[in-house]
Amino acid sequence: MIAGISIYEILTLTSILFFIGVYGFFTRVNLITVLLSIELILNASAVNFVLINTYLFPDLLQGAVFSIFIIALAAAETALAIAIIINLYKIIYSVEVKDTEVMKY
Amino acid sequence: MERIIFYILAAVIILFAVASVTSRKILRAVIYLLFVLIGIAGLYFLVDYNFLAAIQLTVYGGGIIVLFIFAVLLIHHVELELEKTALKKKLIAGALSAAGLAITLWAISTYPFPETYPAYTSIEVRDIGLILLSYEDGGFILPFEVISVLLVAVMIGSIVVAKGKKLTENN
Repeated sequence: MIAGISIYEILTLTSILFFIGVYGFFTRVNLITVLLSIELILNASAVNFVLINTYLFPDLLQGAVFSIFIIALAAAETALAIAIIINLYKIIYSVEVKDTEVMKY
Repeated sequence: MERIIFYILAAVIILFAVASVTSRKILRAVIYLLFVLIGIAGLYFLVDYNFLAAIQLTVYGGGIIVLFIFAVLLIHHVELELEKTALKKKLIAGALSAAGLAITLWAISTYPFPETYPAYTSIEVRDIGLILLSYEDGGFILPFEVISVLLVAVMIGSIVVAKGKKLTENN
């Protein structure tokens, strides 16, 4: 835990970060920037896991391990999404959300 | 002292997160995201979870951000400005996010968390390694193995997807 900081302040910080990510997810029109917003959301939840673990259950490690899994999943998701975006650009020469209307089949 | 550092980190994180979702130059948005991720690594250092802070800096700062920069440079011109979002869309999204934030903050502030917290020192790498490979109750051997299979699948999948069609089919 952080000396002098209550859990309410930390949860407030991560909630603000989460909803900034949600705002970006709603307003952005470019696929790469939508992906950036998803990274913000995932990071806010990973911070929540670690800090609730260290504040409320310091003798357990579950939250700490889950945050490692979240980071691994975020890396996997980003790699795959960027591969899809680059392939999409090769096919329709655009990465705007509104141009993306055809799937493979 | 730790209090002041926490507030500085919080200000940096929120400021650069807002800049990252509102900036119209796409490369700058990526760099602002890098600052947010470094601030979060600072939070992990503050709670003495050095292993995750190192992972955050290497995987995010070293891996994912470089991947984003590669994608941006492959797809866009560096100086390209994104088109403006319509004001109506911005207002609706802002209102929805603010409403969600208000509900979440209300739920947090009314939930009775304990006043005093149990004693805590730090999370050691040794304990993390032991619990990741433990077969006992609460061990994480199965998700650990599943995630390694997932990483291999993602690696092969992204190579296949990014390669696209054969050049001969590409007219």
